[in-house]
Amino acid sequence: MRFLRRSYVFLVFLFLYAPIIILIVYSFNASKSRGHWTGFTLQWYRELFKDRQIMNSLYNTIAIALLASLIATIVGTAASIGIFNMKRVKREIMLNINYIPVLNPDIVTGISLMLLFSSIKLPLGFTSLLLAHVTFNIPYVVLSVMPKLKQMNKHLYEAALDLGATPFYAFKKVILPEIMPGVITGFLLALTLSFDDFVISFFTTGNGVSNLSITVESLARRGISPKLNALSTIMFVSVLLLLIIVNIRTSKDENERRPKNEKSYQGNVFVSPSSHDI
Amino acid sequence: MKQYRWLAYPYAVWMIIFIVVPLMLVLFFSVTAKAPDGSIVLTLENFKKFWEPMYINVLIRSVLLAVYSTVICLVLGYPLALILAGRDFKRKNILVMLAVIPMWMNFLLRTYSWMTLLEKNGTINAFFGTLERLAATYLNMELTLPRVNILYTETAVILGMVYNFLPFMILPIYSVVSKLDRSLIEAAQDLGGNNLVVFKRVIFPLSLPGVLSGITMVFMPAVTTFVISRLLGGAQFMLIGNLIERQFLFSNDWGFGSALSIIMLLLILLSMGFMSRYEKENSGGGLW
Repeated sequence: MRFLRRSYVFLVFLFLYAPIIILIVYSFNASKSRGHWTGFTLQWYRELFKDRQIMNSLYNTIAIALLASLIATIVGTAASIGIFNMKRVKREIMLNINYIPVLNPDIVTGISLMLLFSSIKLPLGFTSLLLAHVTFNIPYVVLSVMPKLKQMNKHLYEAALDLGATPFYAFKKVILPEIMPGVITGFLLALTLSFDDFVISFFTTGNGVSNLSITVESLARRGISPKLNALSTIMFVSVLLLLIIVNIRTSKDENERRPKNEKSYQGNVFVSPSSHDI
Repeated sequence: MKQYRWLAYPYAVWMIIFIVVPLMLVLFFSVTAKAPDGSIVLTLENFKKFWEPMYINVLIRSVLLAVYSTVICLVLGYPLALILAGRDFKRKNILVMLAVIPMWMNFLLRTYSWMTLLEKNGTINAFFGTLERLAATYLNMELTLPRVNILYTETAVILGMVYNFLPFMILPIYSVVSKLDRSLIEAAQDLGGNNLVVFKRVIFPLSLPGVLSGITMVFMPAVTTFVISRLLGGAQFMLIGNLIERQFLFSNDWGFGSALSIIMLLLILLSMGFMSRYEKENSGGGLW
């Protein structure tokens, strides 16, 4: 039974990883064709870095992801504090509208924004792409900051005021440190969502501005390209490294915080945010 | 802290411009049409058009493919989640992380990887070819293996969906089952239940919240996807997502495209309502 269970796990993981491993292997294959191994080469990596289209879209992806998640984090954090202090009815309305982009299928969000941009005659391009990304990022920031505000002890802020702090000083020294973990989670969530987005970007960009996902899609539709294998390898290895670093850091933190004799240590799995990028 | 309310106002304005107004526009385009004289008239033409068999079939096909891939994900993922939550492996967190890592790679590259596998001259067929040649040279055997020829078919699309969404099924089930109270299982065993009875009466019912959120998390993206079908199904393959995309980018029929979006939105809301009815008493169990 134990053997059966272990082989089942092995088979499912084989299914999950075989395509990735094969991509990695073939990114070093001299021949362009899939089936045959004709020798080791780094040619595809060189071509990848020389490819203007891919490099441009990589630049766009990074610029959009950083800008959009930065703006979303600022607007979203401020909004969370505001919403948290609103009266119940208003708060519920705000939170429900905030939920719409999360629940809405991406394709509907994408075309609705496209309709907006074309109605106000905003040409599709970098600006529209940035606006779209900020729009689908803010809700995730609000959703990760809100719980931290709820956990916060309300009297801490009042105590700071009583002790003579100005409202701004109390805000900086009391509220902000309390909600910081949520803000950082929100920022990282926004960054990954923005980095990976295809559907919404697809409908809200134009005039030759494209991000990595859009470029990958258009190359993939034209058929197999060894450059894409090289790109996949680089992306996979960077994701792997990033996850390993994050996990080592968080498990270190947990080990330091937990009493030594506690045995039910459950590890820290950095779970992907949602099905959003689909 | 009441003085901080104003901090929400910028976002309130943002919401109205970028969330509420765009959805209103979709609704507006779906129920209006341009009359020949240039004026805009209210009409249900766009929704009526959807009842043509051609379009209804696209909807049926989208739902069917999503159901197939959800069922396959459940059948594959449920046992895996149970095994991972069990006592077989010491370093579970590493295994669970392994199940998650593929999700972190760009979604399009993951789908693309299946194109390279399933192609006519792709890796799988080349592998079969190599086996045949090896058999011929070393064993003097005429070996004919079947060739995989499923790229640009429904099977490839289902495969792509299962591959992309399987982790969304595994994780919620795992997180529910791994938090199960062990003493319940032990109590059931003490009371004489054999493994099958314990599973049927204790483990399975308690894992249902995870199963439900897994089903939701696979079905929703599967029914709305248009990328997987575009890459693995080929240019002519139509799911409702592709149909919507086509109205906006090729046929420029914004009214019909908006109507289709409204229909898709209703479909999602309907299935979510359906799921939450079953989830009522078993709250929680999601990924977050």
